[in-house]
Amino acid sequence: MSNIPGDLRYTKSHEWVRSLHGEAPDGTVEVGISEHAQSALGDLVFVEVPDAGRVLKAGEACAVVESVKAASDVYSPVSGKVTAGNAALATQPELLNQDPYGTGWLFRVQTSSPIEDASLLSAADYAKYLADAAH
Amino acid sequence: MAFIPHTADDVARMLELIGVQSIDDLFDEIPAELNAGALGVPPSLSEMEVGRLLSERAAGDGRPLNFIGAGAYEHHIPAPVWAITTRGEFYSAYTPYQAEASQGTLQLIYEYQSMMCALTSMEVSNASLYDGASALAEACLMAVRANRAVSSRRILLPRAVNPTYAQVARAIAGNQDIVFETVDFDRAAGRTLLESVQPFSGQEVTALVIQQPNFFGSLEEVDELTDWAHQNKILVIAVVNPTSLALLKPPGQWGSATGGHQGADIVCGEGQPLGVPLASGGPYFGFMATRMQYVRQMPGRIVGRTVDVEGRPGFSLTLQAREQHIRRSKATSNICTNQGLLVTAATIYMSLLGAAGLERVAAASLQRTADLVAALSRIAGVRPAFTAARFHEAVLLLDRPVAPVLAALARRGIVGGLDLAERYPELGHALLVCASETKLDVDIEAYAGALADILQASRAAA
Repeated sequence: MSNIPGDLRYTKSHEWVRSLHGEAPDGTVEVGISEHAQSALGDLVFVEVPDAGRVLKAGEACAVVESVKAASDVYSPVSGKVTAGNAALATQPELLNQDPYGTGWLFRVQTSSPIEDASLLSAADYAKYLADAAH
Repeated sequence: MAFIPHTADDVARMLELIGVQSIDDLFDEIPAELNAGALGVPPSLSEMEVGRLLSERAAGDGRPLNFIGAGAYEHHIPAPVWAITTRGEFYSAYTPYQAEASQGTLQLIYEYQSMMCALTSMEVSNASLYDGASALAEACLMAVRANRAVSSRRILLPRAVNPTYAQVARAIAGNQDIVFETVDFDRAAGRTLLESVQPFSGQEVTALVIQQPNFFGSLEEVDELTDWAHQNKILVIAVVNPTSLALLKPPGQWGSATGGHQGADIVCGEGQPLGVPLASGGPYFGFMATRMQYVRQMPGRIVGRTVDVEGRPGFSLTLQAREQHIRRSKATSNICTNQGLLVTAATIYMSLLGAAGLERVAAASLQRTADLVAALSRIAGVRPAFTAARFHEAVLLLDRPVAPVLAALARRGIVGGLDLAERYPELGHALLVCASETKLDVDIEAYAGALADILQASRAAA
């Protein structure tokens, strides 16, 4: 069973969302991909993150994670404006494999709508989703 | 000789096994109204009949003295180039499947990429594209992906760029929401002026295309144009003739660093001058190179050099996550093959000539075109159209329509150049001519003598 921290929320496309500070709307969230996702992709060789200032809609493809023989889009779980992309990943994509919920974060978004509105999964629901998908 | 290995018996047994009556039944799900019916193609010919037909057609072409360039250039191809290219080890025009099993092919492509980087002064080259025109279209699509500083999809396309390339770029990229803005050329100089692009300063523009030398053979002021583009966050797409790079400043060194960085961002062009015969227009190959920063946005295959588990050098396809077998609809391009055979010829051509040899070819072509322009301009009713410095092509203005003059030259076995009346009517009676190292003094004299006769006869008849 992969690591699914209880304090985060998740998407069916395997992104996680962490509330950083402030109350939504106008709160800032951090986004990454789950332990399960990084494990399925294998060793990452390249990560492309959105530039600060970019305006995203929930569900929009905005980052790319690439391993030697696979590449996947990452979709923004929320709508809002990007405040930062994780620049460290440009030279150290392996951070995403080593620490997907910490130093391997992808980007931060100042949300324009309450994230409760977004159809995000709780840790328990995401764990159930993964378990169901495995069968 | 049939190339389909199945006998009629084989086919019948296979149909029986899968339970259908005929091969046509396999296509039942295609609606009948979509059936194009008979195609109106004549019955097949035997090998002997085809050989005879094509020999007759080829003889009809004759062996004219050719002074057309306009995108495809007649250069001497040393005999070893195609003798080596057609060896069994190389004679496959396709990207190898199970690529890493084909180390020789991969090494050749790697050497090719290295040579193209040296020639263009760029950091990374792909394994080739289809031809120069589609390479420009791919470069435009790539620029839209690469230029993250602007969100518009506008590309500045000078009229001095090969009009066929412009047409292909519009056909391919124009259908993907990319807008092409036309930039005019200076009528006197025959090149694109900085003043013509400056109205776009401060606007959201993705890329500026600069062809060097341009379609008229004129040299563009590439440094000024490149710096202007970079100051405005506009990427520079260079379209270059590879032969010319032996003499001209390579696109990787265009401009100064004042705009943020030096050099073009994407370089593309037609590889045919590097050892590929004119062959009635193809097959040729396109080339593309870029800065390492944009490599993930580049289309086409890339071969890398690596080491195996025991530390021995080897070659492999690399950065494949850009390609459609992995990225599907979000691949950088739907191009999946490369013009391997032509690239093989080009690599051998460049290897045999070396940098010094290619420089001699370029210098001789430059000199021959200067000689041609001088000889033809001495004829009454002929003058150079433009004042800009040129490489191995030039536009001449005649005092009468070009088409009948070209027809009269053709009757004397001379292909006298390209009539620009259709593409550039504003130039008047304009003729684009080219002479490479293949033209001798006697050839230039023959052309000048014939043209003087024809113009004089035309004048007398009027």
